Amino acid sequence: MNLTLKVWRQQDAKAAGKFVSYQVQGVTPDMSFLEMLDLLNEDLQTRGEAPVVFEHDCREGICGSCGFLINGVAHGGHRGTTVCQLSMRFFKDGDSLTLEPWRAKAFPVLRDLAVDRSAFDRIIQAGGFISAPTGGAPDANAILVPKNDAERAFDAAACIGCGACVAACPNAAAMLFTSAKITHLNSLPQGQPQRDQRTLDMVAAMSDEDFGSCTNHGECEAVCPKEIPIEFIGRMNRDLIHATLHRRGD
Amino acid sequence: MLESKIPSGPIEKKWEKARFDMKLVNPANRRKHRVIIVGSGLAGAAAAASLGQQGYNVDCFSFHDSPRRAHSIAAQGGINAAKNYRNDGDSIFRLFYDTVKGGDFRAREANVYRLAEISVNIIDQCVAQGVPFAREYGGLLDTRSFGGVQVSRTFYARGQTGQQLLLGAYQALEEQIAAGTVRMHTRSEMLDLVVVNGRARGIITRNLVTGEIESHCADVVVLGTGGYGNVFYLSTNAKGSNTTAIWRAHRRGALFGNPCFTQIHPTCIPVSNENQSKLTLMSESLRNDGRVWVPKKKGDTRAPGSIPEDERDYYLERRYPSFGNLVPRDVASRNAKEVCDEGRGVGPGGMGVYLDFADAIKRLTEPVVREKYGNLFDMYEEITGENAYKVPMRIFPAVHYTMGGLWVDYQLMSSIPGLFVAGEANFSDHGANRLGASALMQGLADGYFILPYTLPNYIASSSLEKVDTSHPAFAAVKEEVQQRVAKMVNIRGKRTVDSIHKELGKMMWNNCGMARSEAGLRENLARIPELRHEFWTNVNIIGGGEEFNQSLEKAGRVADFLELAELMCLDALQRAESCGGHFRVESQTPDGEALRDDDHFSYVSAWEWQGENADWVLHQEPLAFEHVHLAQRSYK
Amino acid sequence: MTESAVATKAAPNRLLALWSSVIGKKVVMALTGAILVGFVIAHMVGNIKIFNGPVEINAYSRFLREVGYPELGYGQLLWIVRIVLLISVVLHITAATQLTIMNRKARPIGYESKKDVETTWAALTMRWGGVLLAVFIVFHLFHFTAGMVGFQPGQFEHLMVYQNVVAGFQVVPIALFYILAMCALCLHLDHGIWSGLQTLGWVTTDNTKSLRTISRLIAIVIFAGFISVPISVLAGWVR
Repeated sequence: MNLTLKVWRQQDAKAAGKFVSYQVQGVTPDMSFLEMLDLLNEDLQTRGEAPVVFEHDCREGICGSCGFLINGVAHGGHRGTTVCQLSMRFFKDGDSLTLEPWRAKAFPVLRDLAVDRSAFDRIIQAGGFISAPTGGAPDANAILVPKNDAERAFDAAACIGCGACVAACPNAAAMLFTSAKITHLNSLPQGQPQRDQRTLDMVAAMSDEDFGSCTNHGECEAVCPKEIPIEFIGRMNRDLIHATLHRRGD
Repeated sequence: MLESKIPSGPIEKKWEKARFDMKLVNPANRRKHRVIIVGSGLAGAAAAASLGQQGYNVDCFSFHDSPRRAHSIAAQGGINAAKNYRNDGDSIFRLFYDTVKGGDFRAREANVYRLAEISVNIIDQCVAQGVPFAREYGGLLDTRSFGGVQVSRTFYARGQTGQQLLLGAYQALEEQIAAGTVRMHTRSEMLDLVVVNGRARGIITRNLVTGEIESHCADVVVLGTGGYGNVFYLSTNAKGSNTTAIWRAHRRGALFGNPCFTQIHPTCIPVSNENQSKLTLMSESLRNDGRVWVPKKKGDTRAPGSIPEDERDYYLERRYPSFGNLVPRDVASRNAKEVCDEGRGVGPGGMGVYLDFADAIKRLTEPVVREKYGNLFDMYEEITGENAYKVPMRIFPAVHYTMGGLWVDYQLMSSIPGLFVAGEANFSDHGANRLGASALMQGLADGYFILPYTLPNYIASSSLEKVDTSHPAFAAVKEEVQQRVAKMVNIRGKRTVDSIHKELGKMMWNNCGMARSEAGLRENLARIPELRHEFWTNVNIIGGGEEFNQSLEKAGRVADFLELAELMCLDALQRAESCGGHFRVESQTPDGEALRDDDHFSYVSAWEWQGENADWVLHQEPLAFEHVHLAQRSYK
Repeated sequence: MTESAVATKAAPNRLLALWSSVIGKKVVMALTGAILVGFVIAHMVGNIKIFNGPVEINAYSRFLREVGYPELGYGQLLWIVRIVLLISVVLHITAATQLTIMNRKARPIGYESKKDVETTWAALTMRWGGVLLAVFIVFHLFHFTAGMVGFQPGQFEHLMVYQNVVAGFQVVPIALFYILAMCALCLHLDHGIWSGLQTLGWVTTDNTKSLRTISRLIAIVIFAGFISVPISVLAGWVR
């Protein structure tokens, strides 16, 4: 099949960008979306044009490197799928697709479809961990974790940090990302000692990084490749209220 | 040259003795020592976090935009630990035994024993960090069994164990970054090693966004940069996984151990198209409940459901009654290749075998199967469009892991003093074949529990001269790196990097893949230098060195693969025996099993680079087996 | 390293600390929103007394001022309620404004192609609907509470609620504006009630569907109750 792509091209962070249209020919349904872009890039390079820069690595939906909007929807609109796992069999001959990078003040565009997501790392630095210096841990089975808590912690920990939630949010908020880490760690007995401080610090870091705030549209949940529910945002809110009203020393 | 520095004494006491003999660095002096860690996967992140906690001044480098992207994240199945929580006969000695035997007797006993010993601490550490391992209803940890062993010692977090372990290490690392003990350099790719007066003292990196070439100096350099499976172009590795860091170190004097030992994973989704960019692994835990089969008849194109039971060949169960579908990876892969070569393969191109869950669904019910493997079934459906609850999966082997890597001694130090190598990047613990759920174990053992002892020991016992990046050695290497980049972008030929990489990959898969013959290897040895020449005269990289240039990144990596590939074939050629993942067609038993030759090949091959226009020199580190009885592996 | 590197800014007291965080502002919006929803329900219930005739609703109007006597003076409780409502409205609008400014800043360059997948019209109209409601409330106070606009001179009489309402709604543009504002209120509550519960962390994956339905039902009942009065006046059922 043949497709028309309208791709955001931007030389570097400072340059002005624009959309450029390309034709891609010979796409087969068993390709992945990124393999289709590989095909475009091979073609561009043969013609002496700069290939489209897009981030990718594992191509199996777990590293969180890839992601851009396809026709206005982060990761292309198939539930629970990253663009690297998106199959071309969902598209048809003659389709016209617009590819646009994540847009948020906290995620400046580096080149074409690649953005800088280091703000996520800084949110984790603020408290997204359990302090357990190497070597001092008790026997693994000394800590009992009720199965339901372990399951919830896992559901939250499944986040791959791709940034689709921020990209899809009308307010460019990082609430789903932050709440996923907070829910993961705050659900476990190991995470209790730092629970309040973690919640306060991570929420503060989130605002310091110029992310917006939640207005409960649910767009983030809809595009999350790991289907992390906005219920976790509610949990984070509850934990924040608790942490603020029962501060340490009480 | 090859001093493995294995401590004396009984095997159970070696690591304890080694630790006691190590010199320590006073806590107040630690921050004066700078440590460079390249790579932020399980080994790199764990080491960076642990050394940061101890108070060292750590610089950690990753070519990714965040340390959380490292390819350790993609490991699915689990992590082994000799906890014996199941009361089913596991012990440190049994894990040790299984690993040495699984590696087909080509690993160092002492290293493997230490790994088994440490496995227990790893689980404790990860649980304390909040890794959400699978749990029983009572709140205790759940385990499952994994290919090649008969006990249930694999801890797992659904099908995303690697992700969860990496996030644990990543979070510990981020905590140290916040605390100021570790400086993280993301989007920085190491392009060379700087050796000053015989010691590794720094690295040269390229900032992948600005293209700036930078020098970094330290007292010690650690490489935790993963494996080189992408030499085959198609593999289960991430697209960015590469050999550059270890290859550059090799060219600076680090010996390369067992380069030909690659693992072909039996349960991957078969290749479906010409433009395929990578292969997707399905956790081999699937073999716990799935049954592998092909039609008995050649060229049988009926739908799997309409092939009656007595016309199916459950060939693993037939040939290996005691291990059945759970034989080690190399055995399962080779058997799949054999039945496909016989013309009994299934799916497009006949390059696939069935992995059938019909019996498991009957026995356990669909919801139970869904709970265990749901994400894998979903992934399979996303890629193939087939529902594996209804029709059997199709699988085929794919390159997955490289047991070879830079040669290291018991302290994980390479043959260059001050250069340590951890995780998949070193050659150490898996011999000729890695058992399932052992890679995560080794990466974390190296990072959390070995380097934090051996690295300070090196610092404390060496008198390190004061060196900074103004030293002429840094300027010289930096100059070389800059010239190489400039040379590459100025070729302006006709071929894309990928087209050359694909050509190399095909060559390697055909002649240095699941089965290797002298003729095929010699053919490769003749053709690889030609392809390398083609690269250096006819590659086309659009854009320059001073920009975000993904073609240039790829080109640098492929240039190194083009050199490594030759060494792999050379190593495969000299090892005229079959062992583990290395199957030489000239060396097999009458019924087609791999035939080892312990009299001639019971050694680690460690290759020394002699320069672009000279042949490599082969060093041999003899292997002695005192605790595991040398025997032809049998899984029958 | 047990001490977190990023210390939380110490706020002088807990409520200020809550106000200073983005989530805290959302919580303030949820709590003030709850007060306002409670008021709106009570107001609506009061309004439909009009169907029982002038005596009852005018008496109710006096009752609102006399309740609490003799502990409180005439009209004092009503003023307390009005002050609480005023503070709620001010906090609700202030938080909304601050968050909106912050949210706009969070995406300085917009999308060309962005599509909404999950959100509702109600959620998308929260901000402009809110502005409309604010304008309406000011008008409404000048209109029915103070009688300063919308009436012929001498037409408005304090405490004669029935007569005032009938006269007020007989002005068609005012009745239509009132109905329009109630549409905005309905949408605002449809998203707002559920959203408030989500902000407070009471929504789970299991109950989110039912909470959304309840939120919508409350919004519709309030809407129906309010518009029943101007419609009845316009139709001539109440005169």
